[in-house]
Amino acid sequence: MTILFGVFLLTLLVITAIAVVRAENLFVAVMLLGIFSLLIAANFFVLNAADVALTEAAVGAGISTVLFLGALALTNERERPHRGTRWLSVAVVTSAALVLMYATFDKPAFGDPNAPVQLHVSPWYLEMTPHLIDIPNVVTAVLGSFRGYDTLGEVFVVFTAGIGVMFLLSAGPASGAGNGPGSGQGSGPGRPKLPGRKSYAGIGLRDHLIPRIVGRMLVPFILLFGLYVQFHGKYGPGGGFQAGALIAASFILYALVEGESRTLQALPQKALTGLMVGGALLYGSVGLAGIFLGSNFLDYSVLASNPVKGQQLGILLIEAGVGMTVTGVLLSIFHAFAARGTD
Amino acid sequence: MYILGLYYYWVFAVLLMIGFYAVVAKPNLIKKLVGLSLFQAAVFLLYITMGKVSGSTAPIFQEGVSGLVFSNPLPQVLILTAIVVGISTTALGLGIVIRIKEEYGSIEEDEIQEMDKT
Repeated sequence: MTILFGVFLLTLLVITAIAVVRAENLFVAVMLLGIFSLLIAANFFVLNAADVALTEAAVGAGISTVLFLGALALTNERERPHRGTRWLSVAVVTSAALVLMYATFDKPAFGDPNAPVQLHVSPWYLEMTPHLIDIPNVVTAVLGSFRGYDTLGEVFVVFTAGIGVMFLLSAGPASGAGNGPGSGQGSGPGRPKLPGRKSYAGIGLRDHLIPRIVGRMLVPFILLFGLYVQFHGKYGPGGGFQAGALIAASFILYALVEGESRTLQALPQKALTGLMVGGALLYGSVGLAGIFLGSNFLDYSVLASNPVKGQQLGILLIEAGVGMTVTGVLLSIFHAFAARGTD
Repeated sequence: MYILGLYYYWVFAVLLMIGFYAVVAKPNLIKKLVGLSLFQAAVFLLYITMGKVSGSTAPIFQEGVSGLVFSNPLPQVLILTAIVVGISTTALGLGIVIRIKEEYGSIEEDEIQEMDKT
């Protein structure tokens, strides 16, 4: 039964992916990409990766779709049709796929407990987590403590990407003075102004009764679930990354229903910047606290009198930092896109 | 079970190459970013597939239950963070596309190159 379900989900994935690439209307392609993300999240769940499935469903199907739609509103909704297939590309891609498939015959069998990937450090993580950290979710233990350096790096990548988007989109609107450095500015076909969109960005869907009522009912529950995922990450699937995405999703839904300005009143951009910076700083300072207390960077054992309690405290703090940064960055990116549309 | 395992890997190869095709063959910049997302998702699928152990459960200890076989937690950690980093980099790419659209008035690669020549 599971096999049948697996094959079914995988086949659907391939069909959706082909439809995404073939769709000439970019709006359709983006919507199909959301469906693709949801399907691949189901696949992750079948493969026992509950944490990853939660993240993919929140990020891929939720936030990614909204960001792509925001970009479409600022560019073109239709791809320019072009005739003919690019046969050279098709040939290269097909032969590469065949080579990859040929290579799969040498891979260890699916689910083999003696495959090399299962024998390296993972058994140690599974064995030592109850003794050293004593939290049920091994994924959170590895993420927060054993591989804390990696996670610190990832948080700073997310932080940098957020700063990059804000730099790109908040500075120097091309529609303002009109003396941009670009050569195509004056003569090129200008950005088509869509009259309807301006009002929507301001007031959201406040005129539409059903989306508004349903959306407003959902927002507090998504927010609550995000906080639950944040603080329950040690015991079940969850953690800062998922929680950050969920909390950002709840505010994005609020912005879509009630409009940009009210969302910025509820959570101003200054607070978002504070969250971005504060989260990264919190993570880093927990690491430094380890040094000042006489141990190594990001060693949480010394944070409390009992090493196991110290590890748990450290993971709680760095997960909070991760959640703050992810929320701040995703919402800042969303607001940067939205503000561009109302210029 | 053997065939299903191979099927997972084949789907990985096909998805990877569908994404790659969109990146190389489609002139539309947003379509390229969509293709990049597909490419990325295929890599995620490969990692998670490799971490699966047959007869196993998600790597979360349960009170009073012992002798469970767990899937490999390490690929899950790597991919969990990669998904969030992926959305941030995609957003950065979309930001660049929006600026290109404002400067050139087009998001088709060949038109932009044409404008750069003149």
